[in-house]
Amino acid sequence: MKTFKIGGIHPSEDKLSAKSPIRQAGLPRQAVISLYQHIGAPAKPVVAKGDEVKVGMLIAEADGFVSVPIHSSVSGKVNKIDAIVDASGYRRPAIFIDVEGDEWEEGIDRSEDLVTLAQHPELTAEEIVGKIKAAGIVGMGGATFPCHVKLSPPKDTKAECVIINAVECEPYLTADHRLMLEKPDEILVGTELVMKAVGVEKGYIGIESNKPDAIALLTERAKEHPHIEIVPLKVKYPQGGEKQLIAAVMGREVPAPPALPIHVGAVVQNVGTTFAIYEAVMKNKPLFERVITVTGKDVRQPSNLLARIGTPMSLLIEECGGMPEDAGKIIGGGPMMGKALMHLDVPVCKGSSGLLLLSEREARRKAPQPCIRCAKCVSACPMGLEPYLLATASALRKWDVAEENGITSCIECGSCQYTCPSARPILDNVRMGKTTVMALIRARNAK
Amino acid sequence: MAKKLIVSLSPHVHTRDSVQRNMYGVCIALIPALLTSLYFFGIGAAVVLATSVASCVLFEWAIAKFILKKEEVTVTDGSAVLTGLLLGFNLPSNLPIWIIIIGALVAIGVGKMTFGGLGCNPFNPALVGRVFLLVSFPVQMTSWPVPGQLGSYLDAETAATPLAVMKNAIKAGDASILEQLPDSIDLLVGQTGGCLGEISALALLIGLAYMLARRIITWHIPVSILVTVFVLSGLLHLSNPIYASPVTVLLTGGLMLGACFMATDYVTSPMTPKGQIIYGVAIGFLTVVIRTFGAYPEGMSFAILIMNAFTPLINTYCKPKRFGEVVKK
Repeated sequence: MKTFKIGGIHPSEDKLSAKSPIRQAGLPRQAVISLYQHIGAPAKPVVAKGDEVKVGMLIAEADGFVSVPIHSSVSGKVNKIDAIVDASGYRRPAIFIDVEGDEWEEGIDRSEDLVTLAQHPELTAEEIVGKIKAAGIVGMGGATFPCHVKLSPPKDTKAECVIINAVECEPYLTADHRLMLEKPDEILVGTELVMKAVGVEKGYIGIESNKPDAIALLTERAKEHPHIEIVPLKVKYPQGGEKQLIAAVMGREVPAPPALPIHVGAVVQNVGTTFAIYEAVMKNKPLFERVITVTGKDVRQPSNLLARIGTPMSLLIEECGGMPEDAGKIIGGGPMMGKALMHLDVPVCKGSSGLLLLSEREARRKAPQPCIRCAKCVSACPMGLEPYLLATASALRKWDVAEENGITSCIECGSCQYTCPSARPILDNVRMGKTTVMALIRARNAK
Repeated sequence: MAKKLIVSLSPHVHTRDSVQRNMYGVCIALIPALLTSLYFFGIGAAVVLATSVASCVLFEWAIAKFILKKEEVTVTDGSAVLTGLLLGFNLPSNLPIWIIIIGALVAIGVGKMTFGGLGCNPFNPALVGRVFLLVSFPVQMTSWPVPGQLGSYLDAETAATPLAVMKNAIKAGDASILEQLPDSIDLLVGQTGGCLGEISALALLIGLAYMLARRIITWHIPVSILVTVFVLSGLLHLSNPIYASPVTVLLTGGLMLGACFMATDYVTSPMTPKGQIIYGVAIGFLTVVIRTFGAYPEGMSFAILIMNAFTPLINTYCKPKRFGEVVKK
């Protein structure tokens, strides 16, 4: 079975909600829709206080090429535009909408009928990318990079294949897994749309072997799509990292930055994004809701919820049986790369793949001990770096040493810190060093 | 808000692995060798090991508390116990208690705590202790009790070890001397003279298998040492029969103990697989050279200490293969 070659770890999987079908979360009384749900320039609001909005209506437009528009996820009246502390931990502007009813924009196809590419042979690549851009789609695995930018590769490059990232290597998370089980045909059509958009004949869907039901179902359905191949992958974290997935599926390694996946001929999209692309192109539905896993060992009912963007996390926790008494840390995303949330009213955004509740005991870090130079971080690093050295260089502010040893290649997957027997804060230091070194490089290039 | 949330950076989960788990893991891997040493040397082995472990732990605690004045005294991490065990394994079973205590003081005091304690020492502490004793008390450190005298300690009868026999054969240039050597099965099980922990290659190999299975260490260092020694001593043996056969060389002296437990010490060995192989090959080479051409019959501990000194250099030049370094087209 295929996998990537360098490094990797196997943390406890804890996929508690894998058997829980996706269900619709309730509507909030007030939706808080952040203008900063993607990488790039924040969206510019096109509504003002007191305006009436409907579900799917444009409420903020893209500001430049690397930016996406934002649509209302609810119907009701704009209450205010104000700053909130969102999932990133920063104060950012958001549109507050008081919910009244659930009235959708006309033109959104709400039926369950499958629309295939064969029914729309007239769709061109430009039209597909245009619809994706207009629907405000971003990478939904967590990176939130605007999707249309990825689908508009630089002129001097040529895409050879599309890889759909259905790895979901983060422990606990099952949103993508459930989506594959419940919307397999839609995902396959979405894959074809991405292939058509970048003009390639070959598509792969990479799925880790801990989801045998999804592999079996998609392999069966893919018989009708001869250009799409389902690739089972050996379970190894961080296989869902874009570079690791390309290495696993194609056996090619993307060179160090500034090289992009497209330089080895790959265009990678998350499976949730692929479903959103299907809905945007075939159903005319902008991105205003997504599947999010709400989980944790003490959560009464670990679930996969279809939640509107802007729903406060506290509402989702109520839907799953309420806040456990000993909850100590609330994480937006998975346990390896997710961010600890500052408060419970953080709204769901386009990149929210999971909500993980850890008990106080699980959340406390162990006291660090001296480095015993066991080299386990070196063998765990999927980028072939020496985390112990980068962490020490960063802590000692030896930026040149950190740069020479490739600190900017770090993907912050956390494998080193997870593995460290001495429980040292390796990634904390590396992250700090990486940010500083990147700023130094920018300053040097600006001269 | 009533309840405060913990906010910290990812990753939010951690492996069950710990320093203790690794240190005591190595101690568990030493149990087969410990049992064989008790079986062959009886009370002598028990006295030497108990003294060595107890004094190593005591010195680490006392130095951390009274000289370094550390806030947290971490003798429970298992590293002092391990150093004590390994030091004891490298001593003859008839060594007087006072010499063992000096060895433990040098191992922990000079070898480890002078540099700042766990993780900071450039040289393997147990070997620092052993080599200090070897050059300071050459007579006591090279009189080896004959196995099987379970009730004797200081009064045990001694005899020449296989290594001394091999050295004599080379010095005299007479291959017939090698006929005095015990056969390979005895060497494998441990029915020969030597330091109390090194006599049974089989017990040490069981320990190695355990450490590999629990992923405490990787194969790179032990395999590269053993292969190098086998190949080099095989070439010597083919060139002239006064040099013992490679199988005998592998099974005698501290080679197996050194390759499996001393050279693989985390703190003093290189960090990358490539570096570990260079380190292992160099240790194997130096061991054969010292055993064959040097003044001492055994060269393992010197070879490891010499390569410990090269570890920082190896770490500087042996980098892991970075992701994307060679682009396949």
